[in-house]
Amino acid sequence: MENKEDIRLMKGNEAFAEAGIQAGCDAYFGYPITPQSEVLEYLSREVPKRSGVVLQAESEVAAINMIYGAAGAGARVMTSSSSPGISLMQEGLSYIAAAELPCLLLNINRGGPGLGTIQPSQGDYFQATKGGGHGDYYLIVLAPSSVQEMADFVFLGFELADKYRNPVMMLSDGAIGQMMEKVIFRKRDVKKIKKPWATTGKTKDRARNIITSLFIKPEKMEEVNNKLKEKYEEINKNEVRYQEILTEDAEYLLVAYGLSARISHKTVELAREQGYKVGLLRPITLYPFPSKRIYELSQNLKGAMTLEMNSGQMVEDVRLAVEGKIPVHYYGRMGGIIPSPDEALEQLEIFIKQNN
Amino acid sequence: MSDKDLLSKDKNIEEMVLESPQGDKIPEDYQLVYEKPTTLTDTRFHYCPGCGHSTVHKLLGEVFQELDIQENTIGVAPVGCSVFAYDYLDIDMQEAAHGRATAVATGIKRMLPDKYVFTYQGDGDLAAIGTAETIHTINRGEAILIVFINNAVYGMTSGQMAPTTLPGMKTTTSPYGRDISLVGSPMKMCELIAPLPGAFYVTRQSVHTAGNVRKTKKALINGFKYQKYRKGTSFVEIISNCPSNWKMTPLQSNKFIETDMLEYYPLGDVKVPSREEIKELDAKEGNK
Repeated sequence: MENKEDIRLMKGNEAFAEAGIQAGCDAYFGYPITPQSEVLEYLSREVPKRSGVVLQAESEVAAINMIYGAAGAGARVMTSSSSPGISLMQEGLSYIAAAELPCLLLNINRGGPGLGTIQPSQGDYFQATKGGGHGDYYLIVLAPSSVQEMADFVFLGFELADKYRNPVMMLSDGAIGQMMEKVIFRKRDVKKIKKPWATTGKTKDRARNIITSLFIKPEKMEEVNNKLKEKYEEINKNEVRYQEILTEDAEYLLVAYGLSARISHKTVELAREQGYKVGLLRPITLYPFPSKRIYELSQNLKGAMTLEMNSGQMVEDVRLAVEGKIPVHYYGRMGGIIPSPDEALEQLEIFIKQNN
Repeated sequence: MSDKDLLSKDKNIEEMVLESPQGDKIPEDYQLVYEKPTTLTDTRFHYCPGCGHSTVHKLLGEVFQELDIQENTIGVAPVGCSVFAYDYLDIDMQEAAHGRATAVATGIKRMLPDKYVFTYQGDGDLAAIGTAETIHTINRGEAILIVFINNAVYGMTSGQMAPTTLPGMKTTTSPYGRDISLVGSPMKMCELIAPLPGAFYVTRQSVHTAGNVRKTKKALINGFKYQKYRKGTSFVEIISNCPSNWKMTPLQSNKFIETDMLEYYPLGDVKVPSREEIKELDAKEGNK
């Protein structure tokens, strides 16, 4: 295995695109938007040399509906966009979730609301983890914190999407999308499962396949809702992923994902140098959220703090997780400003002092 | 022509029995002259009496059967009265979000380029909320068939003004008649999209007389056949009726098509490949 490693220096966006090709993505439909246009550019350059379909759609609205059609036809498909474009895709995502179509999408989160800024942000946490569009549904949300993970989570994302017939979102940000890091592409066996439900033409040996999100009878709609609910429970049971750093003896816990988690890692080191017993929990899956683990950890904690590049969104999930057992503080920056490890430490110290 | 005249042309109409007294069995001395296409399900159409959707669905069923493409056809249903098209057409289908049928069809066709793909869309779906997708899909020349049912009104939501509602025509959202100085003129989609290089075959037909129904069927056959050339999009607009929302009897609505609709939306081919071109393409197909 090791001798087949392919090591490259790449932008996060490019790593995502390359991983898509390597993961056997049959088609990418997308629309340019900063700061993720490199995905479409990379694929437009590389796919014709290899295999697959890449198509620049007339809008994000069209792109997500092309994804719907192609996924419904049984293909492995992905798209990417940034916050305002992801908003435009929400209707389509709701339909995709209802029709249970597997697909992978990447949100390179930028500052908002509105047209906002093209700088990195984590302001789309609520949108990503609470459904996003209309109706009762969830995306599986993966939060990469490095260029390596921008590649690795593509393989994982496709697997999870197929396994649960559910859309998977990689929620990243403008910094991880734009920065260059070393990324290793391991040789992998890409497995594609059969999709007997896909609309590939009704052969004589089966009834017709219908891809739809329309369930006009209340009893049927509720049946579908219950089926989805069971699926989400299953996902919560099986797919929670997180990383822990120095949590064994921690009195205080930092909770952060993506770019904030990298900053928090440094903050933990600085805090330890100053004698504070601080650990870090980095949710890798934002949905399902590692609530259970955070609750377990809270038994031995004096407090927790989230570091977010938003006005305090994930902090709500952490507070729910600890069930009021410990105080949970939030610190964050917005507008595309990235908090430094030092200022996070400063805030943590204030919190610890107030708490003691 | 009055309603009575129209009726008198087919005097047997009132005497017609809808259900066969023989049940499913056909007596031996009967000659079978018509039967339901095998490509339609047994589900009863939910459409209002006299609605053109039923006619077009039946035509599609006949076309699937006659071209023997049931196994190789994937349809896309829109949001509108025909949202349940997949309940009736016995083929694989996808139900698209409002206006996005051609984007969905693009996704399907790009993945399954050898299959026959069509969308079935109403005027609100295709010419209002889905205008961008319609134009760009045709501009890309996606080798699909777009079946466009134009009945000048939003049927499913019960009679609101459509982008194709005639000037002066009353609907629930144009209760004083469509005022083109305020809301613009009805859109002639065939004429709008025909200049796009990606448009291969553009025609406007109707289903208000038996003769026109036959012509519509021919157009649909063309629309499916032409897909194999991969030379562009086929667009078949079908002027249809909506007796319920036009507040007319089915016969009155057919007459309204003749007197009013066709004046604004003239029937006929807007863009057709030449015979030589078809010959050439067929020869190429044959060589493969």
